Amino acid sequence: MTQIAPPPTIPAALEQWFADQGWQPHRHQLEMLHAAGHALLIAPTGGGKTLAGFLPTLADACTGDMGAGMHTLYVSPLKALTHDIARNLSRPVADLGLDLRIEDRTGDTSATRRARQRVDPPHILLTTPESLALMLSYPEAPRIFQGLKRVVIDEIHALADSKRGDQLALGLSRLITLAPGLSIAGLSATVESPAALAQFIGGAEIVQADPGPPPDIAMLPTTGIPPWSGAGGAYAARDVLAAIRDARLTLVFINTRAQAELFFQALWAVNDENLPIGLHHGSLSRDARHKVETAMAQGALRAVVATGSLDLGLDWGDVDLVVQIGAPKNIKRLVQRIGRANHRFDTPSRARIVPANRFEVLECLAALQAVQAGELDGDGQPPVGGLDVLCQHILTLSCAGPFDGDSLFHEIRRAGPYASLSRAQFDDCLDFVATGGYALRAYDRWQRLMQKSGQWQLRDPRAARDIRMNIGTIVAPELLSVRRGPRGGAPLGEIEESFAAALSPGDTFLIGGQTVRYDRLRDMVVEVTPQPTREPKIAVFNGLKMATSTELSARVLALIGDRSAWAALPGHTADWLALQTEVATLPTPGTMTCESFSRGGRWYFALYSFAGRNANQTLGLLMTHRMEQAKLAPLGLVATDYALLVWSLDPVRDPAPLLDPDGLRDGMETWLAENAVMKRTFRAVATISGLLQRNLPGQRKSGKQATFSSDILYDTLRKFDPDHLLLRITRSESMRGLADFGRIEQMLRARPHIVHSLPPHVTPFAAPLMLEAGRIPIRGAGTERLLDEEAARMMAEAGLQLDETPSKTSA
Amino acid sequence: MTRFTFHGQSFTALPTGALHWPAQDALLVADLHLGKSERMARRGGALLPPYETQATLDRLIADLHSTAACRLVALGDSFDDDAAASALSPDARATLDQITARHNCLWITGNHDPRAPGLAEITRAGLTLRHIAAQGPDISGHYHPKITLAGRRLPAFLIGADHVILPAYGAYTGGLDATDPALTALIQNGHAITTGTRTRMVPLISSCPKYSGGHARHARGGQRPPKP
Repeated sequence: MTQIAPPPTIPAALEQWFADQGWQPHRHQLEMLHAAGHALLIAPTGGGKTLAGFLPTLADACTGDMGAGMHTLYVSPLKALTHDIARNLSRPVADLGLDLRIEDRTGDTSATRRARQRVDPPHILLTTPESLALMLSYPEAPRIFQGLKRVVIDEIHALADSKRGDQLALGLSRLITLAPGLSIAGLSATVESPAALAQFIGGAEIVQADPGPPPDIAMLPTTGIPPWSGAGGAYAARDVLAAIRDARLTLVFINTRAQAELFFQALWAVNDENLPIGLHHGSLSRDARHKVETAMAQGALRAVVATGSLDLGLDWGDVDLVVQIGAPKNIKRLVQRIGRANHRFDTPSRARIVPANRFEVLECLAALQAVQAGELDGDGQPPVGGLDVLCQHILTLSCAGPFDGDSLFHEIRRAGPYASLSRAQFDDCLDFVATGGYALRAYDRWQRLMQKSGQWQLRDPRAARDIRMNIGTIVAPELLSVRRGPRGGAPLGEIEESFAAALSPGDTFLIGGQTVRYDRLRDMVVEVTPQPTREPKIAVFNGLKMATSTELSARVLALIGDRSAWAALPGHTADWLALQTEVATLPTPGTMTCESFSRGGRWYFALYSFAGRNANQTLGLLMTHRMEQAKLAPLGLVATDYALLVWSLDPVRDPAPLLDPDGLRDGMETWLAENAVMKRTFRAVATISGLLQRNLPGQRKSGKQATFSSDILYDTLRKFDPDHLLLRITRSESMRGLADFGRIEQMLRARPHIVHSLPPHVTPFAAPLMLEAGRIPIRGAGTERLLDEEAARMMAEAGLQLDETPSKTSA
Repeated sequence: MTRFTFHGQSFTALPTGALHWPAQDALLVADLHLGKSERMARRGGALLPPYETQATLDRLIADLHSTAACRLVALGDSFDDDAAASALSPDARATLDQITARHNCLWITGNHDPRAPGLAEITRAGLTLRHIAAQGPDISGHYHPKITLAGRRLPAFLIGADHVILPAYGAYTGGLDATDPALTALIQNGHAITTGTRTRMVPLISSCPKYSGGHARHARGGQRPPKP
């Protein structure tokens, strides 16, 4: 936006095409067409963003300036998007009679097609960051990309500041080396600081579209009353159906796949008019998803219930209502989500929120106030690239052929997130990739890369296959399938291994809409028995964990503390707040309000600090350390933006010594190093950097060859090589999820007034916490006691007992 | 540690996964897998931290010291492969030499190190010591057994009527669930002793839900057992 837009030199054929559609090119579309170098477009959804990104390509095609080979590479965070874009582009290309080959390339693309693309790339290739990294690992990469003119990155705001974004930035820098004349176009939804995104591309001209009218967002009035806890929203099925009936086409967003299934069923149970309603989420087969997408594009549906798999900017012009079940965890996400509705630039988007429980009513109200106040969540700092991603990138490039260390260093510094990378950091990463980077240098076999005539290359080129299999930065949790009954019963779904590990026989949990009892784990299959009558002890949650902004937390606390503001709340929610005051205490600004209660053989301690998730998690680690010392046998903790919940075998009767700011850090170093957050982070870092091979589906069943746990590597490194690169990365990444200890001490000093109550049971406020995702187990004396109890229980159940004489196992 | 009797012989299972046999003045260990990281690096695989050999040997020395056993019996797969035996680092070699100089060591060969110097099996007090369980009564390794207790997977000794199977002693070793058919074929009913911070004995009952009773004592009134 530096100067006045140059005179439109849009090719006549393209201008005519716009006119034929009855459209006028937007100002920002023309600005994107005429941007000299890299450009970043900030536009609300519906602003013809994707078309703006492709206009220069279409213009080149109209004037016959395509050149040979690949002209444009389109990268999106979701493979579903590549499919959709291919369909949307085919229309203008056909109308204009252009001879353009457009293909997508994702994990779903067939091997033969991928092989052909390596030899004969299409003019426009639509792909994901992971597939791009894979292509860059091929020896043919220079030939494939040498004629590349443009790269279009869609939904760049969703990629920047993540490891996928780091990987993409490194890939872009590589592409610029291979095709020096390249220009990059980033397409982004509205963000707080466009400059940081422009820096991500490595410097770009920023093009701002008109923001469009403000969105129309409100809570959906419901006849049903939301439950105390839970996230399904089923109570509102009738009200949502009524909203669907009144709209042309509705998108219903819900957080997890399991919830989507349940809500879809709930909708159909009350769908007396048989309105055509579809379901779309990532666990459905590719065919099933495409069927729904196509039906929707053809106007055959009135509503689709969907999870995040459709979350990012699908260009569905006919949607005129978005219903969000459950509170959006941050405001920015809410605005971006509803931006999908009604893709006409001049009419406001309409969205209705259905809080899933009463706490979320508060959260929704606070979020709506924030939207009205025009507050977006902060976008944070300019991105700093992960060194584990850099290690993977170096490995990836080594598969393509020999490289020179100095040139690679300069290439990497050109990538936005790595602009401040020091040569020492780069050398550390290169050394790790080449030799493992261990302090112990006795071995000559620790050589994955070696130097030949100044160039680095793979010692054994056959290793490339394994390296390629490991490409990617998403480290998914291990999933175990759940089956009914012993041996080959009906499959019910999947749960995370860490969740399964926390179960004891007899525990009940919810899966696929039913309560089941955990029986045993056999051959990596969780065997369960349905228990329809019992209330589940634990709920399965494997949705995304998103942080609420601190602004939103503060607004929620203000709402709770101000009785006069309760008038704005639905009656049931005001009642619920009143009930909390009866059994415990309502949190007020400036105090530390907490409560202890027991449930199911565990003691729970809930602290309502409203200090943000990082602060609460940090406080939780500090507190459990003191609880372990006080022999209260803490077993785990979970932190949200509002509260901290710790569970233990013995109760917290006096929280004051646990929250004493003095001496808070004593002995914390070891406690932190041994906690589960650190080990979890290490596993991801070790996988991304190539130390651990990714577990591929089906591989784990090979029994004995089951991989040893990354925890063993972590412990070994800590003992023998505490300054190893991967431990340094692990520490700095874990600390990102924790608040500064100094801040915690300050907070405790500033709020010395501790209000502790001992309610007889779970309180209204604590109920949603009991279902919170992201539990962190504490491995200490408590776990040992559980093991003792479980061993004793099993012995007793088998009618056995241990006594002074050794038990006989054989006559 | 947990004591148990197997075919008239008394044994003590240690939290590290070693088995002490006082009557023979012997410490038994299985599946040391020394040189595992070296083997993976040599084969072009991941470059794992090259410290597991030292970690394993340190633990072994501590166990030999605490039990004061004169004999050491390694039940096979002492080396991750035959080449790993000759590729030990000078430090690890020195530690291993120190162990062999001070103790009467018996090396049983395993499937990973078939050509290492050692015996296929030996018999002591009527019990055969070998790598892979066969005609009982015997004591063996090979399977790296693990069991799940209170939601955690722990390496464990398995004790049946005819077989005692040791957990893997080596640092970088995976494991096989005791419910795997390969193991249930060997041990139907018996006990497992989990390892880790300390040992714990639990019953091992294969798929049939009711414990058949048999050799074990029935408890009176389901009292809590004392801490092992």
